[in-house]
Amino acid sequence: MNLSAKIETSLGGEPFVALIEGSVGPFHAPERNRLVFATEGEHSSARVLVAHQGVIPIPPDLSYLGVGDIVRVNPVSKEIRVLYRRASRYNVLFFTERCNSRCLMCSQPPRDIDDGYLVEDILTSIPWMAKDTPELGISGGEPTLLHDRLIDVLSATKDYLPNTALHMLSNGRLFCYLRYAEKLAAVKHPDFMVGIPVYAATEERHDFVVQSQGAFEQTCRGILNLGRLGIRVEIRMVIHRETYRHLPEFARFVARNFPFVDQVVFMGLELMGFAKSNLEALWIDPTDYQNELEEAVLEITRSGIPASIYNHALCLLKPTLHSFARRSISDWKNIYMPECAPCELKEKCGGFFASSTVRYSPKLTPFLPETAQTNS
Amino acid sequence: MSALAATFRPLESFAPKREYELLPLRFLRLDTGRYVLTNFAGEHVVITDGELRALVEHRLQPNEGISQTLEARHFLSRGGETTQMELLAAQYRTRQSRLPDFTALHLFVVTLRCDHSCQYCQVSRVSEDRQAFDMSTETADRAIDLMLQSPAPQLKVEFQGGESLLNFPLVRHIVLQSKAKAPGRDLQFVVATNLAMITDEMLDFFADHQVYLSTSLDGPALLHNENRPRPGRDSYERTIAGITRIRTRLGRDSVSALMTCTAESLAQPEAIIDEYVRQGFSDVFLRFISPYGFAVRSDKRIGYETDQFLEFYRRGLAHILELNYQGTPIREVYSSLVLRRMLTSFPTGYVDLQSPAGAGLSTIVYNYDGDVYASDEGRMLAEMGDDTFKMGNVHEDSWSDLFTNSRLLEMAHSGMTEGLPGCSDCAFQPYCGSDPVFHHATQGDFVGHRPSSHFCRRNMEVMRHLIRLLEDDPNAASILKGWIA
Repeated sequence: MNLSAKIETSLGGEPFVALIEGSVGPFHAPERNRLVFATEGEHSSARVLVAHQGVIPIPPDLSYLGVGDIVRVNPVSKEIRVLYRRASRYNVLFFTERCNSRCLMCSQPPRDIDDGYLVEDILTSIPWMAKDTPELGISGGEPTLLHDRLIDVLSATKDYLPNTALHMLSNGRLFCYLRYAEKLAAVKHPDFMVGIPVYAATEERHDFVVQSQGAFEQTCRGILNLGRLGIRVEIRMVIHRETYRHLPEFARFVARNFPFVDQVVFMGLELMGFAKSNLEALWIDPTDYQNELEEAVLEITRSGIPASIYNHALCLLKPTLHSFARRSISDWKNIYMPECAPCELKEKCGGFFASSTVRYSPKLTPFLPETAQTNS
Repeated sequence: MSALAATFRPLESFAPKREYELLPLRFLRLDTGRYVLTNFAGEHVVITDGELRALVEHRLQPNEGISQTLEARHFLSRGGETTQMELLAAQYRTRQSRLPDFTALHLFVVTLRCDHSCQYCQVSRVSEDRQAFDMSTETADRAIDLMLQSPAPQLKVEFQGGESLLNFPLVRHIVLQSKAKAPGRDLQFVVATNLAMITDEMLDFFADHQVYLSTSLDGPALLHNENRPRPGRDSYERTIAGITRIRTRLGRDSVSALMTCTAESLAQPEAIIDEYVRQGFSDVFLRFISPYGFAVRSDKRIGYETDQFLEFYRRGLAHILELNYQGTPIREVYSSLVLRRMLTSFPTGYVDLQSPAGAGLSTIVYNYDGDVYASDEGRMLAEMGDDTFKMGNVHEDSWSDLFTNSRLLEMAHSGMTEGLPGCSDCAFQPYCGSDPVFHHATQGDFVGHRPSSHFCRRNMEVMRHLIRLLEDDPNAASILKGWIA
């Protein structure tokens, strides 16, 4: 699903964030920061969005837009970008493209640009979001680079969306500063979790994977600080050629040092961004790391920490791991290959990233009706 | 392997520039050619003589697999920062996290009377009709008040005897009073009983108040009845009938069983374990007999050497593992406690495997006459005329008297393995405990002499055995690791 598209509009002025409010008669001008649907002209059924100063045709890619959605309109670059979809179970607040790490397999490579407007847009949007929004993600880039603005977003979601779960992806490095972690904790958000990647049990390898000296130390201290303050933490591992061999030692490390974490998540490689440029160096067939993955998952679960495996086709996982496999809630992360057509277990299968068409295991073996029963 | 895109730096460029330093560690010979290394948070690694030598002589190469393992488990540090020490400190805090909770297990000896006359019984038997050996309601009420002053968020009340159900009215009184005085407090109740005289009235009460039962099952009928004589020689039959009734009325997991290993038992660990399986238990505790009460007095007749017990334990554990391979999930409890100390950062509540020792700090005993003891073994010694472990009396002493003005502090000092001769430099220190009562009884001293201590020898060998299984036997390791959950 596309979240942005070019628009052909005569609308002028500065970029603005707007809530799509409803439908009114044609060419009734809504107030500032509001958009309404209208049908263009008497003889056309094409829908348009009416802003207070003009009309925006809805690009075909964004035909799904509905009442309650929030968009950012940029009349200068003639672009419309969707910030929030009312109908989605899971919306992501995209904080920044900047990052203080540079992971070998980053699917959205960081850019060192001034994109401070993003968090301002988010703060504008939060009061407009539906009160029954089940879950919001915070992502980037590295959200903690926004420092106090992150704390402001956390407070705003707590105030305006008290029933919404908040899940943030962060490398956790800046939480090595206890004072910053304390600020986060002081918000007392009722349903907040930080997902933090740890890619090894030792400094050298983790720092290599994230391409940043000293990152391991900071992340470990950050996790300890969050744990100490009672903030829920999820540990995330991305499996590729530079991480798979050490999965058992990684699992042991997490179980021993961070027994307080809420869960450990093992993920497949999303073949975009740096992962695509480093494809040959990072790619490994999932069937080649099943023993390591099994040992790691058992190590974690024996310690009483729940473990999950994402973005792994069921037929590539050992049967003992099937019960740990999860489907992603993001639709672009659950696609299937042509080989999967006859498979009976797609409903239970984690499938592939949309980007996985670049490279995937030649060992896919669809579960056919007779085999499906024994494996379901 | 294909190279990374040019803008990425290779692994080597992230290697710390400094030479490695050793973090605090202890080592112990496991067997010929191998050592166990542990740190104070209980992480361990088994390495060869050569590797140990290279490690301490700073000759290990950073890219060797063993270096990575040693660094991941905090035996060596290559960074300049103190993060590893912080991680170790966090592990250590987690291991000791029960300490601030203080005394959580409260034993009420509701009567000394018993219908059995077991040879190994750890307290005096008295005939069933002597009301003088029952705890009074007044004593029970005072004990409840003391118990409720404990800071522990969860309190476990265990009824002991004698045969505790010979004084069922007091058991009922204590359950009801505790709940009435502390509504909303997390209270658990367990009755230790031989089940010979359990009635439907009792079962109804236990069902209404979620009371668990713990019974004795020494093995097959012949052995059990030999160990546990009662009039009619029907202890086994009554125990089994009781277990069945409890499960029907209260549910499958409402009753657990403990065995005591006597000289008679030594030859038949398999038969004992099979009996537990036959009775549908998923746990069996291969338990060493304690040298107290009658167990000391009749030592010649039923006692045995530590080595014989160890043989029994190893054979029993092998049989249990075999049963697991064949699909019968059964767990040996002592091993599971030791494994939890070895393989996790979590604390265990077992008094013999704690530092400081659990006597008084995690357990306290209210005897039938109101005397307060630091442990069940302490009150057994008192029955034999040695009241060293008496902390006071419920009618005379306040909570703060009992815990600050008694021998408890001396016991706590003598029960911290971190500083005990023979323990402080032992690689198994993080897993083990000390037993001031045992050492006082057998060696005349709270601390004791480790080279001649049965407690030390037994635990060292159990731990060596478990570590060898974890290292050398992948099938056994996968079963054993499953026991820590």
